[in-house]
Amino acid sequence: MDLRVEDRGEALLVTVKQERIDAACAIQFKDRVREAVATDHERVVMDMSCVRFLDSSGLGAVVAAMKLLGPERKLELASLTPAVAKVFRLTRMESVFKLHKTVDEAFGKDASAA
Amino acid sequence: MSRVAQRIKNMASEKTAAETRLHVGFVADPFAVRDSLGQATGWMEGRGICQSDRDRTELVLAEILNNIAEHAYAGQDPGPVEMWLMQRPEALTVQIEDCGSRLPGDSLPPGNLPSHDTALADLPEGGFGWFLVFSLTEDLTYYRSHGKNIVHFRVPFEDAVAN
Repeated sequence: MDLRVEDRGEALLVTVKQERIDAACAIQFKDRVREAVATDHERVVMDMSCVRFLDSSGLGAVVAAMKLLGPERKLELASLTPAVAKVFRLTRMESVFKLHKTVDEAFGKDASAA
Repeated sequence: MSRVAQRIKNMASEKTAAETRLHVGFVADPFAVRDSLGQATGWMEGRGICQSDRDRTELVLAEILNNIAEHAYAGQDPGPVEMWLMQRPEALTVQIEDCGSRLPGDSLPPGNLPSHDTALADLPEGGFGWFLVFSLTEDLTYYRSHGKNIVHFRVPFEDAVAN
């Protein structure tokens, strides 16, 4: 499970460099996120653009990741691919997370100006 | 029709049948499930099934196959699973069989959406699987026969639904 972590000052950017978050790697994903977010950033933005497939175990792992942050910190998701966005939409979990179309949007940049 | 012509015709229909159907057999552990999903999506791509239909099918198969790995064969060595995919004009029909323990009550779970109208700490981390399967399939059926669990269903093609 390859996660890339970048300190963007106000927020931590965590890029999931993995095509799948599924039953085979959900526990590993949770463990890696726990290590990655051991900082004091209030916002954590997760770049999901590489993730092509997410099943219910993967969804559970993303929910678990948000819980790890506790009530004072926020997990925001950016760049969901169509198949992943569909899982969030069907399960109504899109209302639980703050979603951004792109990482730039999550950091307040106008995507059209980029 | 000459015997040779009849044989060519039979071969042609067998070939068509083989192409419109995929059979995959494997042992139910999460990595073998992943491999079988790769085989299914590769076959669907070769059959010209569109990305969105492939995505929905992959998700449904993943939920059912992982459920078999985690629950039907819980507390025992991973056992065999067999899966058949058949391409029909308007849908993919699927049958999946395993030799694990029966579903509770010999029936499919209700597949309700877990409530997320709760405090952060109480948000559900599971229970979405059967909800997704019910949402994305038609004619979902489960029965037990000769010590096997048998599930079959259809995944309607999007174009077919739209028409």
